[in-house]
Amino acid sequence: MNLDPEFLRELFSALNKGLFVSLQLIIPSALLGIAIGIVVGIVRVYGPKPLRTVADGYVALFRGTPLVAQLFMWYYGLPNLGIMLSASAAAIVGFGMCSGAYHSEYIRGGLLSIKRGQLTAAQALGFSPVATIATIILPQAIRRALPGCGNEIIYLIKYSSLAHLVTCLDLTGEAYGMAARTYEFTAVFLVTGAYYLILVSLATILLARVEQSLSLPGFERKRGPQ
Amino acid sequence: MTDSPILGAANITKRLGGKTILDNVSLRLDKGDLKVLIGPSGGGKSTLLQCLNLLILPEKGQISLEGRDIHPRNKRELSSFRQQVGMIFQDFNLFDHLSAFENVRIALIKVKKLSRRAASERAEQELARVGLSDKGGLYPAQLSGGQKQRVAVARALAMDPKVMLLDEPTSALDPELIGEVLAVIKDLSLAGMTMLMATHQVGFSAQLADEFMFMDQGRIVEQGSPKELLVPGTRTQAFCSKITELAGEVPG
Ligand SMILES: Nc1ncnc2c1ncn2[C@@H]1O[C@H](COP(=O)(O)OP(=O)(O)OP(=O)(O)O)[C@@H](O)[C@H]1O
Ligand SMILES: [Mg+2]
Repeated sequence: MNLDPEFLRELFSALNKGLFVSLQLIIPSALLGIAIGIVVGIVRVYGPKPLRTVADGYVALFRGTPLVAQLFMWYYGLPNLGIMLSASAAAIVGFGMCSGAYHSEYIRGGLLSIKRGQLTAAQALGFSPVATIATIILPQAIRRALPGCGNEIIYLIKYSSLAHLVTCLDLTGEAYGMAARTYEFTAVFLVTGAYYLILVSLATILLARVEQSLSLPGFERKRGPQ
Repeated sequence: MTDSPILGAANITKRLGGKTILDNVSLRLDKGDLKVLIGPSGGGKSTLLQCLNLLILPEKGQISLEGRDIHPRNKRELSSFRQQVGMIFQDFNLFDHLSAFENVRIALIKVKKLSRRAASERAEQELARVGLSDKGGLYPAQLSGGQKQRVAVARALAMDPKVMLLDEPTSALDPELIGEVLAVIKDLSLAGMTMLMATHQVGFSAQLADEFMFMDQGRIVEQGSPKELLVPGTRTQAFCSKITELAGEVPG
């Protein structure tokens, strides 16, 4: 393994650049995914039949096909319809749409776990259906869905490494470049792996903080049996 | 000519799953009335109470509030109607993510559109009224059943309802907690609140109720003051003595 300082400096500078690009893909696509997940989750539980069918179809499609194929469709397929996405836009849309399908599953489970009586009670107080969902049901459903959604964000960080397949020079993209130039595959990908590990660890800590801050009596972080 | 009732129901019919659950039920609640619905399980008490609040829409019949017919298709009218009809449920149905105080306050802010300050003041008052001033910060998961039900009562009262519908408010409670909820209901009744309550607490009801309505198979089959109905030969009497016997309670 090459530990030459010149090589290491070059490696870290490339990976840092890639890290910055990766973050610019991960953060927007995580937010996009959550937003899609919430909307689709609500539609799947409370939406009118035709919309529900569309939402179920979306989830089946995006969970049922490889992410690589989805990314290629966004980047190479859409121009056939006259829609050109930049590489990073294709990656963000691709990750967000895929992630949203999974998030919607967790949100749906969260919504279904809320006892129907609370909906009835809200209606009896004069809440409209929309206000009931927004102020009573969703805040509880999100708390219940949080562990699952957190997991999905961890996955997203790792599958963001597919962005180089649509020409984004993300962390993995830069790593490939380095490895191809220097043939130091082992060294390069060991360090790259460590970068992802640190990213995932930071995200885990952040997500635990969020869970902690949203924790309420009756909505505690679940621990295993004592 | 009599005054319009606070809450009126005329010829309510409700069918569910091919079965007639409510069969042409009519009733009226006048100012300050406490009327009690009793009868065997499955007789239609819960369904009737939910129809009265239009949580379930009957196929036939008319609900009126202070003489004004309610049109459930009109969303605004429906919301305003429901705000004026308080509802108490057997299993409390508190909002689990909100503290007791927030449970009482939320509809004041989101539905009645009061300022946070006015809503908070009102919520404090209502919690005090049910004896829970010191429990406002606790969440449903931290409250006993009796406390939960009292929060639910405070939540309904905060909306200034003209009438309260109570569906077996003490049935889900441990025996030692029933008293505190009944005490709140008694206070309310003595303060002049108009109420309709389904309950198996026949002793309590016999003392306080203006009228018993005995429901079976979707109809009110007997109706009258406790004095009139708690005499040998009525179904009400037979039903009540069976309940008190089972509960080991002395008929009151
Ligand atoms: N959604 C529904 N579909 C079909 N039947 C229903 C439905 N809801 C209630 N019922 C039936 O309606 C009848 C009346 O039920 P309801 O809950 O109003 O009775 P109840 O008098 O409140 O009984 P309980 O004392 O057990 O609370 C029952 O036979 C019940 O099975
Ligand atoms: Mg019932």
